Amino acid sequence: MKTVSEKIKVDRLDGKLGMAHFYVAFIALAIGGLAGLLQTLVRSGKLVLPAGIGYYQILTVHGVVLGLVLTTFFIMGFQLVAVSRTAGTFTSKQRMAGWIGFWTMTIGTFMAAVMILLNEASVLYTFYAPLQAHALFYLGLTFVIVGSWIDGAVIISAYAAWRKRNPGKPSPLLTFMSLVNTLMWIIATIGVAATVLLQLLPWSLGLVDRVDVAISRTLFWYFGHPLVYFWLLPAYMAWYVVIPKIIGGKIFSDSLARLTFILFLLFSIPVGFHHQLMEPGIDPAWKFFQVILTFMVIIPSLMTAFSLFATFETYGRSKGATGLFGWMKKLPWGDARFVVPFIGMLSFIPAGAGGIINASNQMNQVVHNTIWVTGHFHLTVATAVILTFFGISYWLIPHLTGRTFTKAMNKLAIIQGVFWAIGMTFMSGAMHAAGLLGAPRRSSFSEYGGAAQAAEWIPYQVAQGVGGTILFVGIILILYIFINLAFFAPKGEEEFPIGEAADESEKAPMVLENWKLWIGIAVLLILFAYTIPFVDMIQNAPIGSKGYKLW
Amino acid sequence: MHIHKYEKIWLIFGTATLLVFLSVVGVSAFYLGNQPPSCMATVDPEKVDTLAPFNKPGLNKVEGKEWDYELVFVASAFNYTPGEVEVPLGAKVKVIATTKDVIHGFSVAGTNINMMLTPGYISEYLTTFDKTGEFLILCNEYCGAGHHMMTSKIKVVE
Repeated sequence: MKTVSEKIKVDRLDGKLGMAHFYVAFIALAIGGLAGLLQTLVRSGKLVLPAGIGYYQILTVHGVVLGLVLTTFFIMGFQLVAVSRTAGTFTSKQRMAGWIGFWTMTIGTFMAAVMILLNEASVLYTFYAPLQAHALFYLGLTFVIVGSWIDGAVIISAYAAWRKRNPGKPSPLLTFMSLVNTLMWIIATIGVAATVLLQLLPWSLGLVDRVDVAISRTLFWYFGHPLVYFWLLPAYMAWYVVIPKIIGGKIFSDSLARLTFILFLLFSIPVGFHHQLMEPGIDPAWKFFQVILTFMVIIPSLMTAFSLFATFETYGRSKGATGLFGWMKKLPWGDARFVVPFIGMLSFIPAGAGGIINASNQMNQVVHNTIWVTGHFHLTVATAVILTFFGISYWLIPHLTGRTFTKAMNKLAIIQGVFWAIGMTFMSGAMHAAGLLGAPRRSSFSEYGGAAQAAEWIPYQVAQGVGGTILFVGIILILYIFINLAFFAPKGEEEFPIGEAADESEKAPMVLENWKLWIGIAVLLILFAYTIPFVDMIQNAPIGSKGYKLW
Repeated sequence: MHIHKYEKIWLIFGTATLLVFLSVVGVSAFYLGNQPPSCMATVDPEKVDTLAPFNKPGLNKVEGKEWDYELVFVASAFNYTPGEVEVPLGAKVKVIATTKDVIHGFSVAGTNINMMLTPGYISEYLTTFDKTGEFLILCNEYCGAGHHMMTSKIKVVE
């Protein structure tokens, strides 16, 4: 017997808008994944790229296409359909705006991609000045951001309309969460938009001669850290709301889930200095202050871990499990929609621990810009987040295309998850180990003039190549499954799983929807953390830098 | 908003651990002086070669300071000056470095010396070399096509 909520489908036209985002996301995965494979092989010392293709060109492709394009398109697509599903079908105006957002992002992606392929923008996805890319690269990235704002406006407008129709009621949980992530994204991207539009674009067009590097970096990292939470929060949406329904359990607490998201909104942004701990021009007291704020996200992270495992245990015990860990056996280990994101959750435990080390003020000195950091974010975004996105795709793509996720595909999806786990253990593990020995990130194969220390790193680089190859098999598998679910799987109905709260009678406090309050606090924290050091940076600025094209 | 008893215990324990952790990091930074490199001094990147101390790269003995030597490095795409330097064992050294062009890294493998070189700024770090051997200096911030070829060497000798 199906309940009413299981029969609710995302409107067909809204679904098309979502699918458009997913096509771009998975094309990006294919291109970026191939680039990643090539990087690990080059760095193992076993491969030289043909036809004069540069390692750093490939590395730029990998970072831009996976870190910026895949994530932004998937997340915006997912949030749009999640809002359409839980707050009601979009109006035709909203849907039109969604398409404008989509095409703006797509055109921007195309512009940036062409410049990278022409080798006019081998500046990596962080594009640190004074390396100077072609103006069209910066303009393309601006379009991606602006397009995402238009998508975001659709989410905000749908939320506002729902609240108007349902006065005094807390919004649907997935809509609430999508809104929080969108608000965080908009506040954060103001930083990168400012450096691109006010500094880098005029400078690359030759309108101004020089650029202030420290200010540009600071604006970038004001955006760069919330960026990683922008990736993570959609995974949390699936963990909090979707996974409980898939396993047959309940959401542990609706209110605490909302509170968690509010805490991420407050503490994700005023923390960019922990990416700049090793650089001059910032007073160490301000660095330490932002380190403290960085660590505040540990509280919502602990709340999330508790909630998830409470859901799992409560469900297992309701099925008669006994003993301390008996409930583990009751979980649906044959269901890829659960197992694949679960692998992601597990990877988040070492990933989170590594993150604490990275942000620990002076401890950062041991690992900063070593390949340890690369190992770290391949556990966070490239395992915990991406496996959850794959897990979402397994029900969302067929839901939107009117097809089903067959048993055969389910099996393949679990195999995919296992390949990912094994490949990443090799690759990320070897990266962490080599990083502790001092091996740098973002560097082509080098023997460093025959240094004995550098020779120790090479076996780890070979292990990274092995891991990268296994991961690429995983990429081929997920692309195969995606194409099946989009075009070939048998027609049918696939559920959009939305969990219900364990205690339906407990209404979420309305203060959690008071955006003047939360945005106000977020802005105050940002002003407090940034104003003085930023003004210092402007007042004591050295002469700016001319542009360099050193690739 | 109802919070489960076990969750309260979990959060109190977690937050208490966090406070202890942050106190340790803070005491290390502000009381023991283990701050990350955060020099506030600036320099004109195009005139680096003519300005002290960068007009004399290498190891320079100094008097009347908290440290015995100043080890001066100038970075530019894609090399460091000096390309190799000897440091006596046990020397208390202030490493002073800057860049003439783009952002570079300055990482000494096997030590805690790891800092960014931002154009226009001077980077400093105070350290004691208490192990003999050869230590590889490398650039760990992408700076262009020759980034991975950018190295130097510190030989700590008795």
